Amino acid sequence: MVRFFAVLNVLSVVIMIFALSMLFPLLCSFFIGDSAQAAYDEAILLTAAVGALLWAMTKNKRRELQPRDGFLLVALVWTVLPAFATLPLLLYLPELSFTDAYFETVSGLTTTGATVLSGLDALPPSINIWRSFLIWIGGMGVIVLAVAILPLLRVGGSQIYKAETPGPMKDTKLTPRIAETAKGLWLVYLGITAACILCYRLAGMTWLDAMMHAFSTMGLGAFSSHDASFGHWNSPAIEAVAIYFMLLAGINFGTHFLAWRRWSFAPYARDPEVGLYLLVVIGSVFGIAYFLLANQTYPSFWTALRFSAFNVVSIATTTGFSNTDYNLWPIFAPVWMLFLCGFCTCSGSTGGGIKMIRAELMARQAVREMTRIIHPRAVVPVKLGGAPVENNIIFAVLAFVLIYVSSFVAMTMLLAASGLDIITAFSAVIACLNNTGPGLNQVGPATTYASLNDFQTWICTIAMLLGRLELFTLLVVFTPGFWRK
Amino acid sequence: MKIIILGAGQVGTSVAESLVSEANDITVVDIDGARLRLLQDRLDLRTVTGSAAHPSVLRSAGIEDADMLIAVTQSDETNLVACKIAAHQYNVPTRIARVRAPEYLANEQLFAPDCFAVDYAICPEQLITEYLVKLVQFPEALQVLEFADGRVSLVAVRAFEGGPLVGHQLQDIRKHIPNVDVRLAAIFRGDRPIVPEGSTVVEAGDEVFCLAASQNIRKVMQELRRQDKPVRRVMIAGGGNIGLRLARALEREYTVKIVEHSKRRCEDLSTRLDKALVLQGDVTDESLLEAENVEEMDLFVAVTNDDENNIMSCLLAKRMGARRVVALINRRSYVDLLQSGQIDIALSPAQATIGSLLAHVRRGDITEVHSLRRGAAEALEAVVHGDAASCRMVGRRIEEIELPKGTTIAALVRGTEVLMAHHDLVIQAGDHAIVFVTNKKMVPKVEKLFQVSAGFL
Repeated sequence: MVRFFAVLNVLSVVIMIFALSMLFPLLCSFFIGDSAQAAYDEAILLTAAVGALLWAMTKNKRRELQPRDGFLLVALVWTVLPAFATLPLLLYLPELSFTDAYFETVSGLTTTGATVLSGLDALPPSINIWRSFLIWIGGMGVIVLAVAILPLLRVGGSQIYKAETPGPMKDTKLTPRIAETAKGLWLVYLGITAACILCYRLAGMTWLDAMMHAFSTMGLGAFSSHDASFGHWNSPAIEAVAIYFMLLAGINFGTHFLAWRRWSFAPYARDPEVGLYLLVVIGSVFGIAYFLLANQTYPSFWTALRFSAFNVVSIATTTGFSNTDYNLWPIFAPVWMLFLCGFCTCSGSTGGGIKMIRAELMARQAVREMTRIIHPRAVVPVKLGGAPVENNIIFAVLAFVLIYVSSFVAMTMLLAASGLDIITAFSAVIACLNNTGPGLNQVGPATTYASLNDFQTWICTIAMLLGRLELFTLLVVFTPGFWRK
Repeated sequence: MKIIILGAGQVGTSVAESLVSEANDITVVDIDGARLRLLQDRLDLRTVTGSAAHPSVLRSAGIEDADMLIAVTQSDETNLVACKIAAHQYNVPTRIARVRAPEYLANEQLFAPDCFAVDYAICPEQLITEYLVKLVQFPEALQVLEFADGRVSLVAVRAFEGGPLVGHQLQDIRKHIPNVDVRLAAIFRGDRPIVPEGSTVVEAGDEVFCLAASQNIRKVMQELRRQDKPVRRVMIAGGGNIGLRLARALEREYTVKIVEHSKRRCEDLSTRLDKALVLQGDVTDESLLEAENVEEMDLFVAVTNDDENNIMSCLLAKRMGARRVVALINRRSYVDLLQSGQIDIALSPAQATIGSLLAHVRRGDITEVHSLRRGAAEALEAVVHGDAASCRMVGRRIEEIELPKGTTIAALVRGTEVLMAHHDLVIQAGDHAIVFVTNKKMVPKVEKLFQVSAGFL
């Protein structure tokens, strides 16, 4: 049996650290002098108290954790922390229901960026800072989860990168120890975030906006401090900065780390995902720009390209910012964008979806099966970056995609059965399962998820958690075998 | 010369065979006593049983006063260590090692005097692969050899009914292709060499050796047979070292299929090959060959390590319609049996590799040696040194030079220029002469011709 109490003990420490992270919006609130200070005071005390209590209750049960306990810990971290993160929101906005607040914070920590709040411009800045800060720490957690922890649990695309693989990917295990790896990745994350803040400021945002949007951009979530999102500025310069950093955050941070440490572009060239990722995203940008021009949505190619570039990159990288209501575009364009968000981002990035590496493996597996039909005696391996991929990894990927598609269908059906129109239902599930944010129609870029009822909101919340924890990590906790002695 | 050969495998044996006949003192070292006894019964040489890199074994083989060490054991590491010991402990002047692993070959500094001290590293698999690649590039040729860094090529072609020159006198070639300077070095009819003269008539079935600048080779071959379609599809039977190297060399430009019996080796092959299709199965499995369209193949190459398998799969492929079949055959008697029969080319690995070794053994400044017709004939490239007083060649017209019987100077390479050897061409010091020797017994006399007499020193 998993060491439930030992896991709780570790969780209690994480909760206490999380309480400390609320000091950041508190300090911001203090310096800006907005009205939300009291909410943070109470939230921090409450969170720290619960953490300390839990720690005191479980400290005798402390034991070394097994890899298997990791599943439970990861699942608990991503479900329990959002509950504590709702405290400042609930305390400041008493009319907000727990369901909606939990949706909002899950959306933040899973770097989704779907929101139920409107009238953002009127909220105290520190509340908006807290929301975007959630995305940023969520992104941090996701990177370490994907690069360092999931491989240990043998889940997730990055296990393909294991140290055994020969050739160019050998050094993808960045450092011998997880803690060192995490430190290195966070340093890179921090560095790029700082660069992003600076660029936004130079492009014309205020320091505060620059910081909040840099947090959102790097986490590939889409919380903004303005209801109109990037439409608020209507500035091509700001959009260009956003496009650049969104593309950057969609690349494996392990690769960024290597490139930074060696001070060369070679790691990008050798990464099996980056090339295809950029090709698909940039190809789609031009394709949709041409499509919009052909449909006379925009009068000139440059206008079409500007709106296509920003919105396609934003959705394909699972960010979710928008600078126009693309729901009004001919239906092919937004549906294609939602399709892209299902697989475009690289493993080890802050993006969601099945990841480029799995899509690549599946495509190669399909080609392999066709070769086998023509040449029954052929020995054809599936190769990635020149190294063969073991069959059991391919089976794991196929199982992953199967569960991904089944959960997508099941949740779409549940939403449709609960009364949503089919486009809203499927787009909401895609947007949440892939941690993208805005869907279409009722949950489109110009509206929020506030119009959903509680049941529908919970379905979307579960979709976000499932997608973020790469399905298996969460689902395995619900299997009877996991709890059996 | 006192030569020590380490390893009595295929390469070691054939090196010994061909050096014994040239009046050298040969000592062969091998760990397998039985094999050595067989060798000693057959050839006039000395043998020592023991591990080839051990100093005591090397001493009993007489390494102290050896002139040359040829390390061709199975193990690269043994060969390298033996060379190092020979160089640093016993000052053996020339050290040749067989090195197969591409890892070692890629790092040339390993062979430097202060490292493993290997003068010449030879890789038989690589040489055979190059030989086979040439056959793919020139599908009409039996053999393609290069001299003077690839500027001059010697091709062996079988004349076929329908070639413009077949049935005509040799001098007609000037009328057919007036701009191409070509030299027909030798003609073999049946097994008899014919010294070509202007009035010689080429018959269908003759094996003709022509020498020309490399860019003109294709035109020359067209004279002797209708040009074949270029090769596009190649099937390789056997995925050993040679099969893998060949597939890697060909897979970018040709459609390559490679058949290998061992499942595990197949997985290894498919990992290391990008485009070639790896098929698991028996190379003599008719249904597999049929399913993989052997009748569409332009070239079928059998390179397993089993002679009989190679022969049978080639015969099968030929009967099923493969355009041209090439078999790798180790046993010399088989090679003689099969060449020019149903199998288009029977290739002996020992013969393909011996040339590069011989070049280092020969006296005089010999830069290239190619063994032809299973070792019966030889083509060599030698540098002319000295002046009119010290060398019997410098400053003389070709017609004035007394050449041993059956020997022709086919061409000269002067700087970057290729000169076909017409009777009035004057030889200068520094020229590379390409000499064709139809009878191998004459080789020592040819060497002597190129040696500078003592007065020069």
